[in-house]
Amino acid sequence: MEALRIAQTDDSPEVILDQEGNHFEISGKSLPEDVMDFYQPVLDWLGEYRKNPNPKTVFTFNLLYFNTASSKLILDILIIFEEMVEEGQDILIRWLSLSSDEDMQEAGREYEEMIDVPFEHVSHEP
Amino acid sequence: MSFSGESKGFINYIYDRYTHLQIKDICLVFEGQITHQVMKALTGLVEEQLDEVEDDMVLRRVYHVMVESLQNINRHAESYEYRGHPYPGMGLVLVAKNKERFRVTTGNIVETAHVEEISMFLGKLNNLDPDSLDDLYKKQMREGILSPQGGAGLGFIDIKRKTGNPLDYSFVKIDDETSFFIFTSTIAR
Repeated sequence: MEALRIAQTDDSPEVILDQEGNHFEISGKSLPEDVMDFYQPVLDWLGEYRKNPNPKTVFTFNLLYFNTASSKLILDILIIFEEMVEEGQDILIRWLSLSSDEDMQEAGREYEEMIDVPFEHVSHEP
Repeated sequence: MSFSGESKGFINYIYDRYTHLQIKDICLVFEGQITHQVMKALTGLVEEQLDEVEDDMVLRRVYHVMVESLQNINRHAESYEYRGHPYPGMGLVLVAKNKERFRVTTGNIVETAHVEEISMFLGKLNNLDPDSLDDLYKKQMREGILSPQGGAGLGFIDIKRKTGNPLDYSFVKIDDETSFFIFTSTIAR
């Protein structure tokens, strides 16, 4: 299916959803004025992808910041992956955090507790 | 309380509490319409001011508290009319620091009818232990519905759990319909 690419702005993350290139990533800062407006195309794309996914999907979150409204939409994305896992799909969430950012690391652990999808936590330097 | 002059505006409502502050303690003070662009500009200013000089984690928390508090105003502040001029989404923000902590104070107009509901909610958050706050956040993230304004009902809960400090709040009644809501978060340095 056609890739979805959204360029990063000062209040919204870069999105790469590329089935052919097997690259799935959201990175940057997320505090858009209208979270639904921003994330609806992402949810729609994943809803389609789910019907005919790659043998293995590694989805990377590499967020430097997200506000609480975005946290709910991130959960909505993870719920799609949880359902895909239930359907027998091979999914891995890679949760990247700066090594100095305890809150981002904690957020990853919290999502892992809430959602039945394999997580890999990676902390890195800026 | 009445305005003594058009230029003083909202600052009058919080002035008494902050007379002890010295200019060097104040990182930012702003009064005006809190649009999304203004929110980004103000958080950007504080981020720039504190970058390099402040601990990364403290800076991130001050930034987050500012984003959530200002988005609350952007989404919920009642319009307000003064001498026939409407002021939609008007608010006040004050960021101050001392050796031990940062304080982020916001002020905006709310309907007096909502005062009790807001007080009850903030009072409840102040009485919850960290695990219960996490549970409430997760429950609200799962079950909450985005409001037409785009809020998820998570901001206050997250401020409480990330700062770990009591939320300070008060209301100044302007008239039967309108009150001024003053909200302060404290972030340890």
